[in-house]
Amino acid sequence: MLGEGIIKGMAETARNFLGSYVSAERLTTVQYPEERSVQIENARQFPFLVFDGDDPMKGLRCVACQICEKECPPKCIYIVKSKDKRADYKGQMQLYPTTFNIDLSVCMSCGICVEVCPFESIKMNTEFELSTTDRFGGLLVNKHQLAKSNDHYRKIHPTDASSSDAALAVEVAKAQAKAKADVEAKAKAAAEAKAKAVAATPVAPQPVAAT
Amino acid sequence: MTLPFAIIAILIIAAATAAMTLRNLIHSALAVAVSFGGLALAYLYLDAQFVGLTQILVYVGAVAILIVFAVLLTRGGEAPEKSVFSASWIWGLLITMSVFATLAWSVLHSFASQREPAEKVGATVKQIGDALMTKFVLPLEVIGLLLTAALIGAVIIAMRDESPKTKMEDGRSKMDKSSVPSSILHPPSSTGGRQ
Amino acid sequence: MTDSLDQIFVFVKHWLLDQLANVLPPAIMPLVSSVMSLLPVLVVFPSLFALTTVFERKGLGRIQNRYGPNRVGPFGFLQFAADGIKAIIKEDVVPRAADKVVHFIAPVILVITALTVYAVLPFGRNMVAADFDAGLLFFFAVGAASELAVFMAGWSSRNKYALLGAMRAVAQMVSYEIPLILSSVAVVMITGTLSLPKIVAAQSTHAGLLPDWFVFTPWGFAGFILFLIAANAELNRSPFDLPEGESEIIAGYFIEYSGFKFALFFLAEYLSMFALSGLGITLFLGGWNAPFAALEFIPSWAWFFIKLLTMIFMFIWTRGTLPRLRQDQLMNLAWKFMIPMVLVNLVAAAVWHFTGPGITRWFTSGALVLGAYMLLGKPQFESKDIGKRTYRFAD
Repeated sequence: MLGEGIIKGMAETARNFLGSYVSAERLTTVQYPEERSVQIENARQFPFLVFDGDDPMKGLRCVACQICEKECPPKCIYIVKSKDKRADYKGQMQLYPTTFNIDLSVCMSCGICVEVCPFESIKMNTEFELSTTDRFGGLLVNKHQLAKSNDHYRKIHPTDASSSDAALAVEVAKAQAKAKADVEAKAKAAAEAKAKAVAATPVAPQPVAAT
Repeated sequence: MTLPFAIIAILIIAAATAAMTLRNLIHSALAVAVSFGGLALAYLYLDAQFVGLTQILVYVGAVAILIVFAVLLTRGGEAPEKSVFSASWIWGLLITMSVFATLAWSVLHSFASQREPAEKVGATVKQIGDALMTKFVLPLEVIGLLLTAALIGAVIIAMRDESPKTKMEDGRSKMDKSSVPSSILHPPSSTGGRQ
Repeated sequence: MTDSLDQIFVFVKHWLLDQLANVLPPAIMPLVSSVMSLLPVLVVFPSLFALTTVFERKGLGRIQNRYGPNRVGPFGFLQFAADGIKAIIKEDVVPRAADKVVHFIAPVILVITALTVYAVLPFGRNMVAADFDAGLLFFFAVGAASELAVFMAGWSSRNKYALLGAMRAVAQMVSYEIPLILSSVAVVMITGTLSLPKIVAAQSTHAGLLPDWFVFTPWGFAGFILFLIAANAELNRSPFDLPEGESEIIAGYFIEYSGFKFALFFLAEYLSMFALSGLGITLFLGGWNAPFAALEFIPSWAWFFIKLLTMIFMFIWTRGTLPRLRQDQLMNLAWKFMIPMVLVNLVAAAVWHFTGPGITRWFTSGALVLGAYMLLGKPQFESKDIGKRTYRFAD
């Protein structure tokens, strides 16, 4: 019958209205500054840069390859490469970013920079209380503000961090193995060369002093 | 001629002049609405409450809206570049003057102007109602019948819809097609229907 | 004691007038008197608007299982002060292409018309600012003038959304004005007067347990429901908020208004809501009359405001429940259901009037209204079985 649905709906909303005063579990919202809902592990807000060790600037994993800068859909990342090189975590000589800026007012939190980074160096942070009174300068963050330690990453995204650490460990192991292999190869080569040299050198005529 | 009447008269004439001379059609329509309101004020000033309020209800509330809608739906309300005066305005003025003179002459020589003006009597709603229900009952009923017929006619025109049965078939045939995957591969040109 | 409490505002006004008569020249005394009648309206109803905005937000929140505003002041009840200050200190942006004069006048006219209608509403015994014969007609006439203001607001903004909103608003208001007026005409037919205090007086008696309010008659009940629906549409409130339709045309006709002018639109909207609620109370709910003789010790103005708050709650409740109609559904409801229904309701009222007291008139009048309801409601609104929804490409 006409109007039946309206009455049903009105009854439902009346139940909500009265019920929200009686039972607290009906209330779905959280009173934000006082209480906070727990963020899920995969929560992501804006990117940050991971560093190893104690010094943020020295331990920065970023090698200024600029893949994230090129892939970023809203183009919010700005990177300037360094002129010199320094050793990275596995001891390889790499460039590093002299400037690494992200404009948070432009960033759309898509996480593509994280996906394309081959060096596990840019990750998504969970920090969301970023309000500022300066909407241009305040939201343009530089590499000093972006740098967060690996421990921080382990804390906010434990699962991702462990897989990332494992991947890096594999890389390091590979590098070490390679280095070792290189060393061995070098040693072997050296030995061979030596051996060859030894072999190649005509046997010195034995002094026949004894005779 | 009293001061309130003078104010009301000036308002009406000014609004009517504005309605004629303003370039923007919508502005003209709004000026017409103002002059309707002024007329209503004049009625109210003459203690004719019912007529005055009906003037507002019908003319400001409905006729002005109708004019504005007509302007909007027919063409853009942009102001014309050239002057709003017609090229043959002098002829228009002549005709208007002659019409006005004829009307003024006939009013001045008519039966009504010969009489002494009756003392001001406010026609209350009750008096109007009584008059409508006794003396003028036949015209009222005829107009009422006409308007009701128009209203019901409008409703019936609006009610005419494609019958629900054809709608149903249409919907079902669409669904049948959609459930057959081959229809995607072979566009059903023979079976008809919109794709 | 109860009598003096009932008439306290009337006494205060007369006492003040007597005091002023000694000071002021007698020529301006009528003016002073009317100003003193209207001043409370100008104070009380805008304050009620301020409170209602908070109540509405809290009520809607509770309907959606939220708290609603609870930060400013105790339980968030000072939220209106924050909102008001924000509205006043905001920049008033006028679009460059806008028609400046019309753009400025539109909200002013809207508020003026919304305030003017209060002149004829009886808030209590002997408490009506202007008691004249054609009070009901005055109410509708002034209310009709607000349509033009809405159109002016939409057109002068030079914005497609504003123009769309204005067109929708005007079409809707014109369509629903007919059922609104015709549902009130039934009351006028029974009471034989257009004066609102007299309509209230006609409902002041008691018949057995129930008071003689018109809502407790078959035609009055149907008329009240139709009046509420039409009033909802007239006020552009949900479920008839197509002119504002936030999800389609953002805010409709007042999209290009900011700061205080925007607040004026809200003020006008809520003032009209209170005025139409007051009219509904006056026409159908016995005005300022107490429901039972035993409760007459509560002053008449208090009864009016109790009923007014109930009506406001009804409006908030419907807004929290019903989703927005589509444009064709809106027009179908007006022209295919509401208007035939109010016409039948007029006949039912006439039958009620001429059958004379007794159970017969309940039966005949009720059967007429109910039959029309079933007949009109069936074809338009029965749920059509179109089968299960199927998706061609997405499973």
